[in-house]
Amino acid sequence: MYRSHVLVCGGTGCTSSGSQQIMETLKAEIEKNGLSEEVSVVQTGCHGLCALGPIMIIYPDATFYALVKVEDIPEIVSEHLLKGRVVTRLLYKETVTPSGIKSLEDTDFYKKQHRIALRNCGVINPEVIEEYIGTGGYQALGKVLTEMTPDEVIQTILDSGLRGRGGAGFPTGLKWRLAKGNDADQKYVCCNADEGDPGAFMDRSVLEGDPHAVLEAMAIAGYAIGASQGYIYVRAEYPIAVQRLQIAIKQAREMELLGNNIFGTDFSFDIDLRLGAGAFVCGEETALMTSIEGKRGEPRPRPPFPAQKGLFGKPSILNNVETLANIPQIILNGPEWFASMGTEKSKGTKVFALGGKIHNTGLVEIPMGTTLREVIEEIGGGIPGGKKFKAAQTGGPSGGCIPAEHFDIPIDYDNLISIGSMMGSGGLIVLDEDDCMVDIAKFFLEFTVEESCGKCTPCRIGTRRMLEILTKITKGQATMEDLDKLEELCYYVKNNSLCGLGQTAPNPVLSTIRYFRDEYEAHIKEKRCPAGVCKALLSYVIDRDKCRGCTLCAKTCPAGAIIGTVKNPHIIDTDKCIKCGACMEKCHFGAIYKK
Amino acid sequence: MKSLEELKAIRERMQNQVNLRESSQSATRVVVGMATCGIASGARPVLTTLSNLVQEKGLTGKITVTQTGCIGLCQYEPIVEVMEPGKEKITYIKMTPEKAEEVVERHLIGGHPVEKYTLNAVDLK
Repeated sequence: MYRSHVLVCGGTGCTSSGSQQIMETLKAEIEKNGLSEEVSVVQTGCHGLCALGPIMIIYPDATFYALVKVEDIPEIVSEHLLKGRVVTRLLYKETVTPSGIKSLEDTDFYKKQHRIALRNCGVINPEVIEEYIGTGGYQALGKVLTEMTPDEVIQTILDSGLRGRGGAGFPTGLKWRLAKGNDADQKYVCCNADEGDPGAFMDRSVLEGDPHAVLEAMAIAGYAIGASQGYIYVRAEYPIAVQRLQIAIKQAREMELLGNNIFGTDFSFDIDLRLGAGAFVCGEETALMTSIEGKRGEPRPRPPFPAQKGLFGKPSILNNVETLANIPQIILNGPEWFASMGTEKSKGTKVFALGGKIHNTGLVEIPMGTTLREVIEEIGGGIPGGKKFKAAQTGGPSGGCIPAEHFDIPIDYDNLISIGSMMGSGGLIVLDEDDCMVDIAKFFLEFTVEESCGKCTPCRIGTRRMLEILTKITKGQATMEDLDKLEELCYYVKNNSLCGLGQTAPNPVLSTIRYFRDEYEAHIKEKRCPAGVCKALLSYVIDRDKCRGCTLCAKTCPAGAIIGTVKNPHIIDTDKCIKCGACMEKCHFGAIYKK
Repeated sequence: MKSLEELKAIRERMQNQVNLRESSQSATRVVVGMATCGIASGARPVLTTLSNLVQEKGLTGKITVTQTGCIGLCQYEPIVEVMEPGKEKITYIKMTPEKAEEVVERHLIGGHPVEKYTLNAVDLK
């Protein structure tokens, strides 16, 4: 038994900032101080505050150390673990108050969060099945198999109001009921872990931090619909998640929580992994199933829906990772508990990946109906550098933007659709006054053009034509007729594409035109980029009155485009200038500006 | 896993360990002096005894066992302080693992401080 647990984050964020090395050093240092039998080092999943990684939490006193370096380890061990003296300089600043150290749960970042899907992330060691069981794991599966009928399970999920967290928001219980209603000798439960939206990483975090929750939920789903085989389709770009899933499946099989006659009942269920090669379209349900079958991952028209004819032509369900992570908790705590959170039509919580121009980059889980203002200003800690909020982009390449006028909108599925965006998988990118909305739309369209599978014409050619028009706009070569054509094309692609990828690809363009038409017009009519992003419409100029002739800019310029002599005002040769902005950053006198 | 009892047994075994990772601010705090003076006079076995017993007895949700530095009464080390919300702090002195066991049984579980080991029992000059 250990008197202290040191939790070190082993999520992708902290791993990339060196947490593995920290863990090794920590273990060696603990050994050196003879504390190996008193202090346990636990590798956990993501805590959410990725911007502060590598993160370390020491229990029982719950001390939160941020941005820990290998050099800090000896001090932490000899001071904190041995003598109980907190290493104040490494504390997360938010927890330090004049009256002492406050609990992590009381910080702005965690205070308004409510963790259900992420409840074990950053708490348990995901590679030890006993730890998951210690927090109530596999109890829901036991309850379902011994006390409930499949119909009761489905009714519970229906009553909870849980909707798919992958983006579309289809009621999960309904999906299960449809699949149960179709008789077949074999059915399949699939888990969509092909998280592809740029900036979204909640599914990865759940898989890395609490893989058994997903396995347990899949077994419950298998019981509910009458399936004995499950597949997790996970992208190969998530090596840590893949590794932890493999370990989890192996442990669950060893404990006979997967396999034949689970809990001594006649229910049998097993799960296998399928690795995706990273095609965005494989996140679409029919393409994903085609890919599991070993064929080229392309979508096919629906109907028939997967609940009728899915994987290998058998009735199948496909649920997203975050959706599944909620299931065991709903079974254990009851549907009323889950339905008591959220808004009328969107129950429970949603995990968002905060990114872009925001202080606390990371993962947050909030009850549905939390306003965008609370998420950005309170939990996210606001926009750095005192810049002005312009918009929040949600739903990645399928979603749209929420402008400042909707800052107080409660976030749920229907509200986001009504203002032209969508929940998507939960990426939330904050944009400030320095971001050009045309450029943002172009960025997402470049992504969909790249990822279009090419099967249907509207998506393959339509998105490319749209991108060409957007490129023309950002270069200042477009006319107002082009803008009209772009809008028309958007509706055409939306209505005629085969699958969700093409049907939603125009959303970023449409929503930026809807809320930021003035920016599009400035590019077209005035040949000006108001945010100063589009390079073709920019020029850098030196203010003659402010320039002291220090020559720093001329020395910095990589293109040799700045001419001038010491103590005389310099000028920029616009023909040579590559608009990198390096001179502006270096100037001490604020003499260089963008025009 | 052939029965729910099997699962329950694992859960109970693991529960108290995982519960150590919950920070409850209102809980009773048991603090062991672990400065040089404390360590030299044998505070570490006292600390581990307290921590193990609290976990074994399933008290991790209510009681937090941690260390602290020197409180200035070095000749009385190892010192253990018990701080219960809303009650006066009890300071135990010259602790040993055996005395710690008694404190867990009678004070932390039973609710009655073990007067004979406390600072009040000696004549401070």
